[in-house]
Amino acid sequence: MSLTIGQELPTREFKITRESLVRYAGASGDFNAIHYRDDVAQAVGLPGVLAHGMLTMGAAVQCVVDFLGDSGKVLDYQVRFTKPVLVDAVTGATLIVNATVVEIDEAEKIARIDLSATADGVVVLGKAQVRVRI
Amino acid sequence: MVNPAIEGKTYPRTSSYLVGREKIREFAKAVFSNDPANLDLEAAKKQGYKDLIAPPTFAVVIQERSLTQVISDKEAALDFSRVVHGDQRFIHLRPIVAGDELTSELKVASVKQLAGNSMVSFETQIFDANQDLVCTAISTLVVRGES
Repeated sequence: MSLTIGQELPTREFKITRESLVRYAGASGDFNAIHYRDDVAQAVGLPGVLAHGMLTMGAAVQCVVDFLGDSGKVLDYQVRFTKPVLVDAVTGATLIVNATVVEIDEAEKIARIDLSATADGVVVLGKAQVRVRI
Repeated sequence: MVNPAIEGKTYPRTSSYLVGREKIREFAKAVFSNDPANLDLEAAKKQGYKDLIAPPTFAVVIQERSLTQVISDKEAALDFSRVVHGDQRFIHLRPIVAGDELTSELKVASVKQLAGNSMVSFETQIFDANQDLVCTAISTLVVRGES
């Protein structure tokens, strides 16, 4: 696979709805009610129902997986959760993920790709780095 | 406030978790994966895998089984209702494959108190049935202080 430093991978956009949150809750086993009940979210002082951080993390890397064509090539993936993704009951949220190649180690056959993720214009992940086998 | 004395504490190895093919498909759909190796058995085999492989963040399901031990540990005094996920990392030695029987062992890497909040970092090692390390999951939880 030929990569160059500074190369930008195709942007991926995700429509995150309440249904996405319920689906992720079931798939992951994380049934914290702040991810599907407005009253519970409000009771603990949140502005509303939030996406699971791990849903945002799991979706964001798909931008890289699409490009690689093999999720098994993801060797090391880390993120910092900087802001929550608020998911409106009616309109949901739009997560936009961009990925840029920042390092290539030809000898080790590893590249580092950094992600930027915004939800409705707010940056939601920091230090989002993916190390992949090339 | 989380008990700083749990820094360095290791929790017992979890019971084994059998990774199911349909569970992988379910998780893959939930994280918007289009990777055929997560969804289509023939495609996964063509890529050289013996069964479907899990998306890169599936290891969180195993990590969670270890974290549950900490949450139920009275000594830790970790109030889950005040927890915010700070950061997360997965270091994979190989992808998780359907049929894997995985166990995990969690160590509390650090406990820090910062501006009235506690920040707790965990390192969870995930092993297969041969006791080979498959993945290391590193997670930091921020536990908001009582105001």
